[in-house]
Amino acid sequence: MPIRSVAAYRLLVLGLLGVLLVSCMTALAFGPASVPVSNVWGIVGEQLGLRSGGDWTQGQSRIVWLIRAPRVLLGALVGAGLALVGTALQAVTRNPLADPHLLGVSSGAALGAVLVVLFLGDFAGVFSLPLAAFIGALGSMTLVLAVANQQGRLSSERLLLAGVAVSFVLMALVNLLLYTGDQHASNSVMFWMLGGLGLARWEILWLPALCLLLGLLALLALARGLNALMSGEHTAVSLGFNVQAVRVQVFVCTALLTGVLVALSGAIGFVGLMLPHLARRLVGAEHRRLLPVSALLGGLFLVWVDVAARTLIAPQDLPIGIATAAIGGVFFIALLRRR
Amino acid sequence: MTALTIHQLRWTPTALERRQHWLLNGIDLHVAAGEFVGLIGPNGSGKTSLLRCAYRFNPPLAGQVSLDGNDLWQQRPRWSAQRIAVVLQEFPQAFGLTVADVVAMGRTPHQGMFAGDNEADRQLIEQTLDAVGLGDVHQHDFATLSGGEKQRVLLARALVQQPRLLILDEPTNHLDPRYQLELLGHLRRLGLSTLASFHDLNLAAAFCDRLYVIDNGCLVASGTPAEVLTAERLHQVFGVHALVDTHPLAGYPRITWITEP
Ligand SMILES: Nc1ncnc2c1ncn2[C@@H]1O[C@H](COP(=O)(O)OP(=O)(O)OP(=O)(O)O)[C@@H](O)[C@H]1O
Ligand SMILES: [Mg+2]
Repeated sequence: MPIRSVAAYRLLVLGLLGVLLVSCMTALAFGPASVPVSNVWGIVGEQLGLRSGGDWTQGQSRIVWLIRAPRVLLGALVGAGLALVGTALQAVTRNPLADPHLLGVSSGAALGAVLVVLFLGDFAGVFSLPLAAFIGALGSMTLVLAVANQQGRLSSERLLLAGVAVSFVLMALVNLLLYTGDQHASNSVMFWMLGGLGLARWEILWLPALCLLLGLLALLALARGLNALMSGEHTAVSLGFNVQAVRVQVFVCTALLTGVLVALSGAIGFVGLMLPHLARRLVGAEHRRLLPVSALLGGLFLVWVDVAARTLIAPQDLPIGIATAAIGGVFFIALLRRR
Repeated sequence: MTALTIHQLRWTPTALERRQHWLLNGIDLHVAAGEFVGLIGPNGSGKTSLLRCAYRFNPPLAGQVSLDGNDLWQQRPRWSAQRIAVVLQEFPQAFGLTVADVVAMGRTPHQGMFAGDNEADRQLIEQTLDAVGLGDVHQHDFATLSGGEKQRVLLARALVQQPRLLILDEPTNHLDPRYQLELLGHLRRLGLSTLASFHDLNLAAAFCDRLYVIDNGCLVASGTPAEVLTAERLHQVFGVHALVDTHPLAGYPRITWITEP
């Protein structure tokens, strides 16, 4: 039975925020080089200027603060963003199986990355691949919207079909290029196909954080429209919504957010599909309540999956996309069986 | 009080536009302030399509739909949602909305973008749920209600919208006799301008001030139930024989279908 009362809801959100914070801190302790949890807290405290010195080495401090911390935060941001996008898309398309990769964004990102690796090289330093992936994501999303568009009307059915079709064509291109290209290319492109948090740096975190914040605000502003659209077009019109406008706003918002997230972390599956369902079980389907909880759960989920990805086959990193798919799938099956 | 006027309306879905096949043509319809008007006609005659034109869903190809002299299509969707509420047979997806959530949606056209439901909204929602007899299920999952209960929830949503014109598409069709009479009686007592489609002609005769008959996309008759519901016309439009006499207690026409033995 979902939580209904306002007080219980506030408590839940605060609780989740707390758990997320503690999880992020704890997650810093995991990884190939062992750093005790107490030292992790100390190092973070030192970096935040709360205390100075302790019995840890310079190396440990660097690993925790410069390598692990941005990675954990990127994981939380990406998980939150993907869950948010999935929640919104499931409502506008009235399809419980919709997910962030529906708009063809991920295949576009992979194509952008592969084209740059094969033909352009590093045109913008470290950022050339993420940038190329973002441009590819925008391109594919524009293509999907253009294919689905029918004299200014966008229907969910056409959008779903267009997304699938465009994804297949772009992935075919990617695979063709990889098949005929060299080994080096396929290694760096695999990152976007399987997903990973290895690009995390303090310098770039502001970008996904800002996008997540703007995305959350925009979708909260559209939350009533999402409720109405979930009930159907006629209901939405009779409640005063311009259905086409709401749809386009949601699609553009979610596609931009997904584009940024995918450019930085590749195509991480399952978070956007599964976490919205979990969140609905907790707080119901009213979107003003659902969106924040969905985002928090998504962040929490990806932080812990990343821990698993870093430790399961240590010292190697498991691509996080593989971990989400495996853990998520098993988790979902367990949930289904328990009902 | 609000009046709805539809003047020389023509409509057809985009797909049929090129063939110049109109599903609605030359429709002239008027709902005076506070009047309860019924729309009757066979399956596929265009009742639902006509109602959709009246709540600003189907844009007319020709003619006008206006509310107190304001052309609906010159106004924003929100403007008409503040004035017109609709009870449809479109139910929310089974995504887990509670009854209270569904009813609260009716407040949307009166609220700002980020505003939550305030105390007045909550009270209105509660009172309205009580009025339709669903006060004790307001925290239930909407999807688990029976068809008739859902219908009443949707009516409650339309009522908290505080409209001046109510549009109802076959409002009684999931309801048991008691709730059919209660719902229509409740609507009459509200005194709102109302346009509703009916399949049950006896209910239409009992509750409507005036009736319009639609057949094949054109209005073929209008007037008081006694004027409109004649055996001859029922045979013309519905193709069935009926005995029409007067209700022994209330005085409106009573229709008895004559079945082939
Ligand atoms: N979008 C559409 N595309 C094609 N045909 C349509 C469309 N909308 C309505 N129609 C057709 O228009 C006709 C009238 O439909 P409508 O739903 O208005 O009938 P109705 O009078 O409400 O019937 P019922 O009593 O069965 O509810 C039907 O033949 C229907 O098939
Ligand atoms: Mg109909």
